[in-house]
Formats: sequence, C-alpha cells, structure tokens
Amino acid sequence: MAALDVQDLRKTYGGTEVVAGLSFAVEAGRCFGLLGPNGAGKTTTLRLCLGLTGPDSGAVRLNGCAIPDQAQQARARVGVVPQFDNLDPDFTCAENLLVFGRYFGMKDADIRARIPELLEFASLSSKADAKISSLSGGMKRRLTLARALVNDPDIVFLDEPTTGLDPQARHLIWDRLKQLKSAGKTLILTTHFMDEAERLCDTLIVIDHGRKIAEGSPRQLIAEHIEPQVVEAYDEAGGDLPAFVDAHRQLAGRVETSGETAFFYCSDPRPLLARLAEAPGLRYVHRASNLEDVFIKLTGRELRD
Amino acid sequence: MNTTALSTPTRLPAFGWFPVWQRNFLVWRKLALPSILGNLADPLIYMLGLGYGLGAMLPEINGTSYVAFLAAGTVCASTMNAATFEALYSAFSRMHVQKTWDAILNTPLGLADVVAGELFWAATKSLFSGAAILVVVAVLGLTHGPLALWALPAIVLTGLAFAALGLIWNALAPSYDFFMYYFTLFITPMTLISGVFFPTDQLPGWLATVGGWLPLAQGVALVRPLLAGEVPPNALIHIMVLLATAGVAFVIALRLTRRRLLK
Repeated sequence: MAALDVQDLRKTYGGTEVVAGLSFAVEAGRCFGLLGPNGAGKTTTLRLCLGLTGPDSGAVRLNGCAIPDQAQQARARVGVVPQFDNLDPDFTCAENLLVFGRYFGMKDADIRARIPELLEFASLSSKADAKISSLSGGMKRRLTLARALVNDPDIVFLDEPTTGLDPQARHLIWDRLKQLKSAGKTLILTTHFMDEAERLCDTLIVIDHGRKIAEGSPRQLIAEHIEPQVVEAYDEAGGDLPAFVDAHRQLAGRVETSGETAFFYCSDPRPLLARLAEAPGLRYVHRASNLEDVFIKLTGRELRD
Repeated sequence: MNTTALSTPTRLPAFGWFPVWQRNFLVWRKLALPSILGNLADPLIYMLGLGYGLGAMLPEINGTSYVAFLAAGTVCASTMNAATFEALYSAFSRMHVQKTWDAILNTPLGLADVVAGELFWAATKSLFSGAAILVVVAVLGLTHGPLALWALPAIVLTGLAFAALGLIWNALAPSYDFFMYYFTLFITPMTLISGVFFPTDQLPGWLATVGGWLPLAQGVALVRPLLAGEVPPNALIHIMVLLATAGVAFVIALRLTRRRLLK
C-alpha cells in the first residue's frame, strides 16, 4: 500500500487553477520530494493531502484513509513540519512537546517519558526548560521537527524544512531526516533547494503551475533531461563573452545565457575547455550537471514572485 | 530513535476541545495572579466610585441601594468583557499571529475542536472574572444569602454567549483594529441599555424592549435577583435565550472560521 496516493487532484482559487490535475504516489519508507518554483502549488498540495482543505475534484489516500473524509484519523499517524514555525512562544521546549502530544490524545505520562528522547534527537537536551524566544532559528526548526515526531508518526510532511537556516543548521536537519528514513518513516518534503532534494529524496516530482512536469529519482531526472557536464563561463575584466558564445555554440549541446554567465551543457566538454583556456578575460567553471540545472531547464530562468 | 509504535488512544470526538482548553489554561496559569488582579481592578474602581459616590446622591432602586444595584450589573459586565476580550484579542493572536490554530490543525483535532476549546476557555476566563467580582461584592455585604451562589452558573452562561459572539467577529477580523468597532457598535451601547448602570424603565419603551432581549440583559435579569436573595422571575426563559445565543453564535463562528482557514 502506498503511504500517499494522489489521483487527478484539482483545486481552484479565485479563477486560477493552483493544483491542476496532479497525480503521484509515495511508497512507504521512502523520501519523496515535491519540487517547484514559488507559487507552483506545493503548499496547497500538502494542505490537500492533509485534509486541511477540500479538493475541487480528485482523490487522496493518506495512510489508507480517504482524505478529506477520514483526515483526522489519518493525521493521528502523521507528523507535520510547517513552512513557518508556529511553536508556542509562551511555553518552554519541553512544554511545547507536552502540549502538542495532548492534541494526539496521548497520556501525559507517555508524553513525558518521550520528551528526553525527542529533545536529544533535536540536539536540544540542555534546552528543555528554555523559552522559545531564546532559541536560534535552527533550534526552533529542530524543535518543530521533534514536535512533529511526538506521536511517533509513520509519515512526516516537511514544508521547506531548511529555508532560512545557515549551512550548519541545514546539515544537522539533513542528518536527522536521514536517521528518520533509516528508521522506516516515510518523508514527504517540499523544497526549492535542489541540493537538499538531491541528497535526501529517493524520488521526486517537479511541479509548475499546479501540473507535474517531471518525475523520477534525482539521477534519472539528470540523465533524462540534461547533458551530463556543464561549463559555466563568465566575463572577467573585458573578455567578450557574447562573441565567444556565438563562435563556440556548436561545441555544446545547449547554451543558455543568464546575465553575465553562459551555461554550456555538453557531453564532452574537452574541446570547449581548450578554447576557454585560450580566451582572454573569461573565467570558467567545469562541473557535473545537477538537479538545479534540470529544474532551471524545466521551469525557466525568469523570476517567480 | 525509538520507533515502537505508540498506541494513540481513541478519544471520544466530543472531548477534542479539552486539550485546546488545557493549552490556554497552562498559559494563563503562568500569569494567573496579575491576570486576575488586572481583570478585577477596573470594574471594581467603577463599581465603588460610581456606586458609593454617585449612589450617595441617588434614591434607592426597587428597595436596594444604588451600589447593590450596580454590583449585579458589574458582575455581568465584567463577565461579558472578559469573555469578549478573550474571544477577540487573545483568540486572534492564537489564530492569526502565533498560528497556534494551524499547528493544532496538523494533529488529529479538527477546527470544531479548536473553536470549541476557545469557546469554553473564554467562558472559563469570564467565570474567573465574574466570580472574583462576586467575591468582592459578597465581602462588601452587597449579597443576601446563599442564593447568590447560583450567580456562578448564570455567569458561565453569560460568558458562553459572549464568547461565541466574539468568535464570530474574530472569524471576520482582518486585524486587531477591527475589534474596536465591536466595542463601539455593540458592547458599549448594549451595556447602556441592558440595565447595568440604571433600570431600563428609564429608556424609551421600544429601546427598553430591544435591550431586554440582548444577552447582557438576560444575564443581568438572572444575576440581580440572585444577589438580592430572590429566585429570578422567568429564569428558564433567560437561561434558554443565553443557551440559544451561545449555540447559534458558535455554529456561525465555526462556519465563518472554516471559510477563513480551511478554504
């Protein structure tokens, strides 16, 4: 049985179809990524999956329960890390966990027995009696993650879990999410950090304008959608980048220019690299293509506000 | 991390509001004493100032002193204000600013549990407030006999009605500023025509009739005789009106909140 099964989901707000016929399934025990630019419909999709709003049409089954009819029953086995922290500012870390456990109908004694373990998982053992206002952004995120685990859920939804965190804090969150995956939890994650998706997700879908535009593992998506190598070239002190691009376009499978940088997507970058080495005033970087290249190819370079 | 499945006890859905109430109670407990004193000071100053100061110039009203007349009105007005403040400002903070309701809605609890938890919590706070005034009134010797204890359930009913009415306005509010209109257009005029400060027979007949059906007047009609040691006339009607107000307003508040949060 799939942990989450979504069939032809549709939702319209004010005449705009925010989710426009989305279908996907998440196998139990896997980490599933829901990727897309801002406004692609990621958060609305999560809300529909949790039964926090009803679809115009389509079907969702979460942990075997029909959503939204049996959403409250389904949510008993689910944890949610929302995009914006909504910890209780009036409580300490430990009290936040206690109060949250009560919403699941857990007994106080059971929750209290679990709190040290949850705080340790969040690396917050020394902060049990600390006020929320004294925590850093990373600590708040970790406490939010611990709070989502209070009921020992089978499925954890994470809406942009590392947005706004510094690299150290992000790495710690990633480490914990990997631990959860090895413990057999299903993770459903939205993000627009492609390195995050590449590290964590077994499979992912890319959505834009409420529609699925790609699906697969990070490696599959890179192999299917894009040349394996990228050379980025940019102007440094008076080099003529446009002229170079025009003259050497045929050395790459595809060339994209964005501002002062040209991206050459190629299978064999050696001839291009040789030319670049001779070109005056141009600097360049050669790297393997990644999920971000796929994402940009699929959703375009223009800003989404 | 230990992954043994914790059994989630099946809870009667009718009690889903309780952990929400419990959360608010835990926050209140941390600030209980200043909160009670703060709620007590303002109405007492008015009651004692107007009651003894203005009352010295006034004749008795239906055989009681003006301060005793005002005491019953003050109990009800404090109850109303406490329930209203909680259902407007405090509930709005939790719903809109702190997003506490959003966090709760990610658990097995539903919006009905959240709104009912807020309803019962606001009524609880109004009971603290009304009861505190009642104690002071009793100590001042302005009550007559144990029948005054029946004012407590009347306070709860009044609190429920105003909590539910406040939650309707809360569901519609774009910001805190919006709550001022509720006070200037509804609460303040109602206080003046519900027999809190003076008997409603001083008003034009039609206004007295309108005022008589408002929930505050229903509370006053129960509490004033009880403090005077009498069984309120038509008690059942007043109880039913308050219960109906609370019930209907709750259903409307829940629908409007659902439209706001779960659209």
